[in-house]
Amino acid sequence: MTARDAVLARIRRSLGVSGADPARREAVAARLGQTPRGPATPESRLDRAARLRLFVEKAEAVKASVARVATPAQVPAAVAEFLRQNNLPAAIRLGDDPRLNALPWRTTPHLSIATGRAEPADTAALSHAEAGVAESGSVILASGPDNPTTLNFLPENHIVVVNAGDLVGDYEAGWERVRARRRGALLPRAVNFITGPSRSADIEQTIQLGAHGPRRLHIILVESA
Amino acid sequence: MHATSSAFRENARRALDNAELQRALNNAESRFVDHRAEMVATIPGFEAIRDEAVAIKNHTLAHLDLYLEAYEEKVRAAGGTVHFAETADDARRIVLDICRKANAKTVAKGKSMISEEIGLNGFLEENGISPVETDLGEYIIQLRGETPSHIIAPAVHVTKRQVEADFRRAHRHLADDRDLTEPAALLAEARAVMRTKFLAADVGITGANFLVAETGTSVIVTNEGNGDLSQTLPRVHIVLASLEKLTPTLNDVSQFLRLLAPSATGQRMTVYTTFSTGPRRPGDPDGPEEYHVVLLDNGRSSMIGTEFQDVLRCIRCGACMNHCPVYQAVGGHAYGWVYAGPIGAVLTPALIGVDKAGALPNASTFCGRCEEVCPMRIPLPRMMRHWREREFERHLQPATVRAGLAFWAFFARHPWLYRTATRIAFGMLAALGRRRGRFRRLPLARGWTAARDLPAPEGTTFQAQWAERRRSR
Repeated sequence: MTARDAVLARIRRSLGVSGADPARREAVAARLGQTPRGPATPESRLDRAARLRLFVEKAEAVKASVARVATPAQVPAAVAEFLRQNNLPAAIRLGDDPRLNALPWRTTPHLSIATGRAEPADTAALSHAEAGVAESGSVILASGPDNPTTLNFLPENHIVVVNAGDLVGDYEAGWERVRARRRGALLPRAVNFITGPSRSADIEQTIQLGAHGPRRLHIILVESA
Repeated sequence: MHATSSAFRENARRALDNAELQRALNNAESRFVDHRAEMVATIPGFEAIRDEAVAIKNHTLAHLDLYLEAYEEKVRAAGGTVHFAETADDARRIVLDICRKANAKTVAKGKSMISEEIGLNGFLEENGISPVETDLGEYIIQLRGETPSHIIAPAVHVTKRQVEADFRRAHRHLADDRDLTEPAALLAEARAVMRTKFLAADVGITGANFLVAETGTSVIVTNEGNGDLSQTLPRVHIVLASLEKLTPTLNDVSQFLRLLAPSATGQRMTVYTTFSTGPRRPGDPDGPEEYHVVLLDNGRSSMIGTEFQDVLRCIRCGACMNHCPVYQAVGGHAYGWVYAGPIGAVLTPALIGVDKAGALPNASTFCGRCEEVCPMRIPLPRMMRHWREREFERHLQPATVRAGLAFWAFFARHPWLYRTATRIAFGMLAALGRRRGRFRRLPLARGWTAARDLPAPEGTTFQAQWAERRRSR
């Protein structure tokens, strides 16, 4: 008997059930198939403007900075502005996201752009979020060639573009966004809900920003997209 | 890990006499309690979310065998492997095998209580592999050769001064005259030291807060980002988790997330909540090439269907210990094993035996705060009572305790004798203590009077006063 079979058999004995019981199998299949939502959250009822307001409020409450731009074309300048304001080198690393590739990077000629996964020497990374969640001020990032996961964690500064149209009320709606952008049943290898910059309170319960992940999380919110 | 839970009394006494520890505990106590209360008050429908989450876990435990099957199938479909481990020993050997196949010399570790439960670090070291704890708190206690004293704040018992001394001792390659007085400087140093370790590690090991049957996903929550670096940079990712982490769907996880961080640290959401499904995909520029899940039973499957089943709902937030007057006074190490506080008092006897951990369920005032704040509504005090009953049934308490209980039981079963004896005893005490109104010393009550006075009784017993009132009404 394998360890797996032994464990499953012990659970069934403890529960006094059989693994073949059709009623139990049906209950499990139904839950996994229908993935019911819990009670509706208050955030799920917000309209677009209220979602945006709450998202910005919550993100700033966890020490993310938020810049609002009207159109995607203004994103490169907003990136350059953030780097300048924080006295950072005019350099970013980004993945192969078509939404980022389509931006007018020629408007910021002094900005040097590297692509691919993050390297230890990178000072700032740029990602495009799948969604932003109003209930917590989180941005949701999905792994892949478009937005390599290392960009979210290695550099000290992380800039995330999120479209106002991708702001959702709650986590459940965030998952709908993630799934809507993919075909097939598999989730992306990594989905990161990121809520503010990295921090630790392990030394005398005093919160310090910039533990192992980024010290700064800068969100560029594109209002027309 | 060698358990010293049976020596709780001695451990507790040492903890109370340890001035440095008392300073650290006093500092932590009010922060955790206040932060939780403030955050919970801002979450609409928090009580309804608790009910929902309890229902989800109860449903999952009642169908755990089937959810495990579904989960395993999804992990496999995503290119990962699930390894079942019946015992701690099995789990250690499975991890070692994977590390050996990967030719691993160093292992970067995210925080995992299961790793502590199976004593993984010591075992890997014995086998020539060096594990590096990457959570700041875990790193500090690894340097000190200690174990965590709290589920979510493993170094809560350590003061800033002590961390500075540990860093100076461990980081010899840095200048002696560097300034480490501020927590910010300590954190920056740990960050720099840890960077090289992340990049050098061959295997990354993390725990899991949830395992999702719907998608074959493991979930970790961290504030530092160390868990993510541990699982993204090395070539192999091993997830260590116990059976009860199973959750049906991502929507169900959403409910738990609304409880976990608010109950633990008073945050709305932890900084990094990461959902991992299998290894790197074709075309992915980063992520591990292998993804393994080691699923530990270690006695849990036998808890299902018993009066202790509800403890398997625990999501390891630590709220019970943060609110426990006993934990607040003595800290986590006094509990003598991996899990401290009320959850430790219930879980430890189940995992290592009531004969070794019977002292823990007795280390409670039954004030009920743990149950009140437990987001999963685990009836911790009731379970501690169950353990006390089992301890009594198995004759594990000292003879004096049993004799005392037998003596009291005899009187309790003879009400007339009880009333007469207490009337005489309290009448005498009242007469003796009339002048001062309290006793400084009293035979048979030295345990009480050593630290405080005993108020003298007023003269008549409660039962006598009660009877008197009924008559006069």
